Amino acid sequence: MEVCGTHTMAIARHGLHSLLPPKIRLISGPGCPVCVTPTSYINAAIELARRPDTVIATFGDMIKVPGSESSLEQEKARGARIAVVYSPYDAINLATANPGSQVVFLAVGFETTTPATALAAIRARSEGLKNFFLLTAHKLIPPALRILLSDAETRVDGFLLPGHVSVIIGARAYRFVADEFRRPCVVAGFEPLDILHAIAMLLTQMTQAQADVQIEYRACVSEQGNLAAQRRIAEAFQPCDTEWRGLGMLPASGLTLKPEWAALDAEKRFGLRMTPAADNPHCACGNVLRGKVTPPDCRLFAKACTPTYPIGPCMVSSEGTCAAYFKYRRQ
Amino acid sequence: MCLAVPAKILKISGPLADVEIAGNRRQASIELIEDAAVGDYVLLHAGFAITKLTPEDAAETFALLREAEDRIGAEPKYGIPASQTRSADR
Repeated sequence: MEVCGTHTMAIARHGLHSLLPPKIRLISGPGCPVCVTPTSYINAAIELARRPDTVIATFGDMIKVPGSESSLEQEKARGARIAVVYSPYDAINLATANPGSQVVFLAVGFETTTPATALAAIRARSEGLKNFFLLTAHKLIPPALRILLSDAETRVDGFLLPGHVSVIIGARAYRFVADEFRRPCVVAGFEPLDILHAIAMLLTQMTQAQADVQIEYRACVSEQGNLAAQRRIAEAFQPCDTEWRGLGMLPASGLTLKPEWAALDAEKRFGLRMTPAADNPHCACGNVLRGKVTPPDCRLFAKACTPTYPIGPCMVSSEGTCAAYFKYRRQ
Repeated sequence: MCLAVPAKILKISGPLADVEIAGNRRQASIELIEDAAVGDYVLLHAGFAITKLTPEDAAETFALLREAEDRIGAEPKYGIPASQTRSADR
């Protein structure tokens, strides 16, 4: 299983499936933050966007994601103030430049992105900004892997682990996958040869009946990760239960602002309530994210659900499994 | 979403640096990097440098990729000698 959406896209784009013998099947995991952000979060962001005094600052990937009845893109078309930013610091600058508006940054992403949000929180506090808030939905990769592995229906022989998440958390964060669950792991880079090489390393481990965590992406990933980044995350955030689209509520699988940072918490400031929302009952994204089915197994795929009119999150995100299948592997 | 690109540090002003990404210049935070210096290569995600890339690291990556090329019998694309990657300034 490749866990990371960027790997999914690289594998599809370079046609790596076609180079592998049929016995080796690559299945995609839950590693696209846009895909796993729940409908309830999108609904809350839309509720905020509709307030006259708010500006929503978001990464571009989020604006097309459908909520229950609208998307941020549709709200923008109706006049809501929604700014696409490249960096959380751009959102800080927006707040500084617009003191009369409440700027809410949509803080989504895995461990790669969380240090950036943490630093934005730290900067907002040190600059005494009163109009900058975070709507947090940060997620953690290792707890998600643990839940996948604890599901008896998950049949994964080895893991291609995400390169850039691992830059931050280090290869040691996955030790339990090898030690407790006896699955080989390789942290892989993003070039097609990186991925093929990582698969070869996984196969070598398997043929030697080994279960280890190896690093293929040596140029960027170490055993311990980026300690300065880990300290920043721990300064502002603490683990929490969080909802994953398609997977449901998973214990201790997300990060929320610590109580002493509550002044920055958009949920508290604006009295939002994230109520679980129903998704399209025919959408198979939940099982796609668990690697149980492939997109063509879904009755909506390439019919009702396309990149132009996406229904499920795996089609919305440009790094989603369904989008990758639609673009590169549709028969 | 976890995309990251290599960038070269051109100028440092406190927590921020001017970096060059494939010919483009922009500002980035270097607060997550210890001992960042002008001329260093870093990996950039969402405007933040998340790790340094040393010439030795790059050489090791090239060696791994060369090994992978040998395995699949590909044309050598990554077969740049380590000595050249160290001196190559691009």
